[in-house]
Amino acid sequence: MDVQVWISYALTLFILSFLYKDNPLYKLAEHLFVGISAGYYIALAYQETIRPNLWEAVVTDGHYWRIGAFLLSILMFTRYAPKVAWLSRWPLAFVVGMYAGINVIAFGSGDLIIQLQSTMLDFLHGGMGAISNLLLIVGLASSLLYFYFSREHTGALGVVSRIGVWFLMVSFGASFGYTVMSRISLAIGRTRDLMLHPLVTAALIVAVTVGLFVWSRRGGGADQEIT
Amino acid sequence: MPEKPSLLKRLEFIDRRWLFLALAGSIVLPLLFPIPLPLYVSPMVQDLYDAVEALPEGAIVLLSADYDPSGKPELEPFHVALTHHLFRKNLRVVIVSLWPAAPPLTEIVMDRVGVETTYGKVYGVDYVNLGFKEGRQIVMKSMGSSIRNTFPTDRQGTLVTDLPLMEEVDSYDDVAMLINISAGSPGVKEYVQVVQSRWAVPMVGACTAVSGPDYVPYYKAVPQQLLGLSAGMKGAAEYEKLVGRPGEAMSGMAAQSASHLLLIAFIVFGNVMLYLSRRKGGA
Repeated sequence: MDVQVWISYALTLFILSFLYKDNPLYKLAEHLFVGISAGYYIALAYQETIRPNLWEAVVTDGHYWRIGAFLLSILMFTRYAPKVAWLSRWPLAFVVGMYAGINVIAFGSGDLIIQLQSTMLDFLHGGMGAISNLLLIVGLASSLLYFYFSREHTGALGVVSRIGVWFLMVSFGASFGYTVMSRISLAIGRTRDLMLHPLVTAALIVAVTVGLFVWSRRGGGADQEIT
Repeated sequence: MPEKPSLLKRLEFIDRRWLFLALAGSIVLPLLFPIPLPLYVSPMVQDLYDAVEALPEGAIVLLSADYDPSGKPELEPFHVALTHHLFRKNLRVVIVSLWPAAPPLTEIVMDRVGVETTYGKVYGVDYVNLGFKEGRQIVMKSMGSSIRNTFPTDRQGTLVTDLPLMEEVDSYDDVAMLINISAGSPGVKEYVQVVQSRWAVPMVGACTAVSGPDYVPYYKAVPQQLLGLSAGMKGAAEYEKLVGRPGEAMSGMAAQSASHLLLIAFIVFGNVMLYLSRRKGGA
């Protein structure tokens, strides 16, 4: 059997052991994860971004103007030298300006206008559809009024903003439900992987349990409050 | 001798690790002993399926696979079912990625589906994998001008000018549909904002369940910005059902339902305990 299966399963169980309490096995897996992730993404950035877009573009294709982009990116590191730290604002200004330009137009045309247009609905005709449309309009208006802070939320404004809070709560509830579904899906995916080699999983569960038991008996985690 | 705490008090301060254990049981047991539960297809996923189904044979689809291993349990089952659907319908597929970790996952899906062995498709003619390109929204915008200039080579380093399929595709105007499978940003939201709103290309999407509520307004918009949407493992299970290829998502639905029921029970239980303890405290 592949050693990688043992390593992968052991690390999964080490991470899950946090549910018992914070412990050295969890810490080991956590530190490994942080270190490997950093290394992986650095390697990925070089292989997928720097090599094709800078190295090969300059050396192979002769796009020498990209050296300018490289020099601009080097200026980012001047933040570590206080005397010339101001130079790091140039590449930042470039990035911020470019993305702001793209996103303002994209948000305006893709989100704001079409979504506003989609709230201009007929709520007088169409049976159940009309009720749905009415709910949408009331929900939108009352939620927006909840975020109107230039007047105290009393009287009619208070009532409407209170209705807005109810709509917002329903929205948060839906988001929470979807988030739970997402996290459970991840747990199912990992559990299914662990079930591919049940003997390995069983052996590692026993080993982790024994390890945690010994660690706990020796006073490990005694300062942690579990409720 | 200290007084034994009441049942109410003991339940109020129950060790949370029992709840974790119960949750683990609700996931593991249905996976070990599968329970056939009915699965209803939501309109969003049905519309997604219908939109793909309505494409004429031979049409070219741009598939942007934008997820990494953390999104795999939720999105890979959809990716597999969709790939079956696309090649079964003899559609031609151009695959790109805006997430660096996505191309290897795409290759795994293509191998699992057996695009060449099962469906007899030919690389370069029926499908191409252009790989990853850094630049997020800038890449999206750039593809609107020229896909060939944005991705001069495919994932293997072959010049796109040497790929017969790429002779027919150079911008969003040349694709019949844009399909985005995304685990976050850049993904569905950015494609809608940058591409769909400008080029009006018919678009469908699949996302993680967390992102689902954020993207529903695009599906509900008039005119529709997304023709269909699949959110999370549930959406993937529905798509597997429609495609007629039950897979990992459908087999995980019993565990999903059992754990959701347990969580609902926990929430009800917690609220009842809170109510009882407050009543007792106030008495």
